[in-house]
Amino acid sequence: MSLILTIAWTHVRHRARQTLVAIAGVITGVGFSIMMAAMMEGSQDDFIKTLVDALPHISVTDEAREPTRQPAEMLYRAAEFHGLTPEARRPGIKNPMATIASLSSWVPGALTPSVQSKAVLRFAGRNRTISVIGIDPRTEADVSNLATHMREGTLASLYRASNAVLLGDRLAGKIGARTNSSVTLASAEGATMSATVVGTFHSGFRATDETTGYVLLKTAQILEKQTGIVNEIRVRTRDPMQARLISERIGEQTGYKSISWQEAQEDLLAAITLRNVLMYTIVGAILLVASFGTYNIISTITHEKTRDIAILKSLGFRNQTIRSIFIIEAMLVGLVGAMLGWVFGYLLTRGLASLEFKTPFSDYNHLPVLYSTKHYLLATGVALVSSLVAGYFPARAAARLHPVDIIRGAT
Amino acid sequence: MTPLIEARGVTKVLSGIVPVTLVEGIDLAIMPREFIAITGPSGSGKSSLLYLLGLLDLPTAGDVLIDGTSTSLMTEDERAEVRLTRMGFVFQFHFLLPEFSITENVALPMRALSRLSPRAAMIRAEELLAAFGLGNHRHKTPDQLSGGQRQRVAVARALANDPPVILADEPTGSLDTLATSQVFEILRDLVTLRGKTVVAVTHDLNLASQMQRRVHVVDGRLGKDQPFASTASAQ
Repeated sequence: MSLILTIAWTHVRHRARQTLVAIAGVITGVGFSIMMAAMMEGSQDDFIKTLVDALPHISVTDEAREPTRQPAEMLYRAAEFHGLTPEARRPGIKNPMATIASLSSWVPGALTPSVQSKAVLRFAGRNRTISVIGIDPRTEADVSNLATHMREGTLASLYRASNAVLLGDRLAGKIGARTNSSVTLASAEGATMSATVVGTFHSGFRATDETTGYVLLKTAQILEKQTGIVNEIRVRTRDPMQARLISERIGEQTGYKSISWQEAQEDLLAAITLRNVLMYTIVGAILLVASFGTYNIISTITHEKTRDIAILKSLGFRNQTIRSIFIIEAMLVGLVGAMLGWVFGYLLTRGLASLEFKTPFSDYNHLPVLYSTKHYLLATGVALVSSLVAGYFPARAAARLHPVDIIRGAT
Repeated sequence: MTPLIEARGVTKVLSGIVPVTLVEGIDLAIMPREFIAITGPSGSGKSSLLYLLGLLDLPTAGDVLIDGTSTSLMTEDERAEVRLTRMGFVFQFHFLLPEFSITENVALPMRALSRLSPRAAMIRAEELLAAFGLGNHRHKTPDQLSGGQRQRVAVARALANDPPVILADEPTGSLDTLATSQVFEILRDLVTLRGKTVVAVTHDLNLASQMQRRVHVVDGRLGKDQPFASTASAQ
């Protein structure tokens, strides 16, 4: 062992109680930091994953992102129009199948046509306004997790009856409908039809499970009273994080409003960013408080060791060597504390993950946590930097001690 | 012959509201193999002079030369290097590190100098301790030894890097008569047997009279500087 390390180790070893208290401070700081980061990032990842799974990564709708520009507006910069009544046009995406074929050639992922509609669902005297989504069961599994969310029936069950509908389990429960129940759907366009419930699904999102029904594309087109209409193209990208870029390109190519999941949930993602800032601030504060313990022990040792410092300096030890001794002591406290803090943090995270609870918004049974090396490295890094800073000031003071002052005082 | 240590007009004044002059205008040359006593009444500045000669303190004016080299422009690290290689210190109180064994204490200067491996430093430390009759105590810590034994450890530590000069500040000041005699014998042997130069501050005129040369300090100034006895006659 090097001389500096030998002296540093001897100092901290002979102040076992104080050293252990300082190490306990770092253990607590690192442990809780790891647990907190695991909990925050775990819940964030889980939330985003659920969000990404539940919704199409990109939704291309038949709306234009910008209002149609008037010819005069294009010719004259000074021209302005107010109070124009929009031109009535046929809803739906023009040539949807050709558009899908064109996008399929370069979009990394899967695309499927769908029809978004609103309808009133009637059963046993109960009326509910629901979103009716017309889908193609053959391609729906490629763009959403609906197939895996089925509680009763399958996507293919939609082919079982002429007007088949899959209902959210909460919706079905609220109106008292079960599989094979016959319900009535009345659209805003005035179309009314009898439909058979062929299955139920459970997405985990309360709003979806209470207000959504899936039908075949053809059925939704009948409700919309528009044969062949497709008013939404749903896209699932291979890399969900690339959705924003791909969405922009789709928008440019088709001229339709193309919204990525990130854009649709921008407020939520901004809140998550804010939450992360808060989290890392709190984690930093915890470790900072822990570093006070380290500062305390190193200051105490420095104070108690003024005579030894004078001896070492009189023997010919350099200031740098003296400084290093006390910095190494602080780093020893930080390093041992951090390493034990990993174990403590891991156990805390495991404990947290084992807690069972339920929220009104989703079906999580356990708190989602994320085990990431990054959290351990980050907490260790902050703990070591804190220890370094905590040790530096007493170490600098020790190196500045004038040996004669202490020797004179001792004699 | 070039003096090992030479003070030229060395003055030390402590600044403050009322400045205090510790030593003033000291001219002193210490030659190889000398056994010198610095004597004087309490507060006369004899310890301050020793600290200045040992580069533990900086003079306010004047210069201290080591082997003919001025130290006035040396950095703190350079002065530390001179202390580590050219000088050994023995203080009134042993000033050993209490958590370390006496062997480790003696090995400290050698390990700081890094000329020897840690293992070799420990072996030499044990040899030095054995030479001073402490071979059987080598694993003990300072608090397990008597005052005289601790002071012998301090002398062994001062010799660790085999410096030509040993500077001792009241080395027998806290010892009983027997231990004083033993430590004094050791210091004298360093001169006669090992060829070292020993400069010792003492208020014990009896001991001082047994040294080669006596430098008397009064009110921070050099008084008498006279040879007392040769080490040979002291033996």
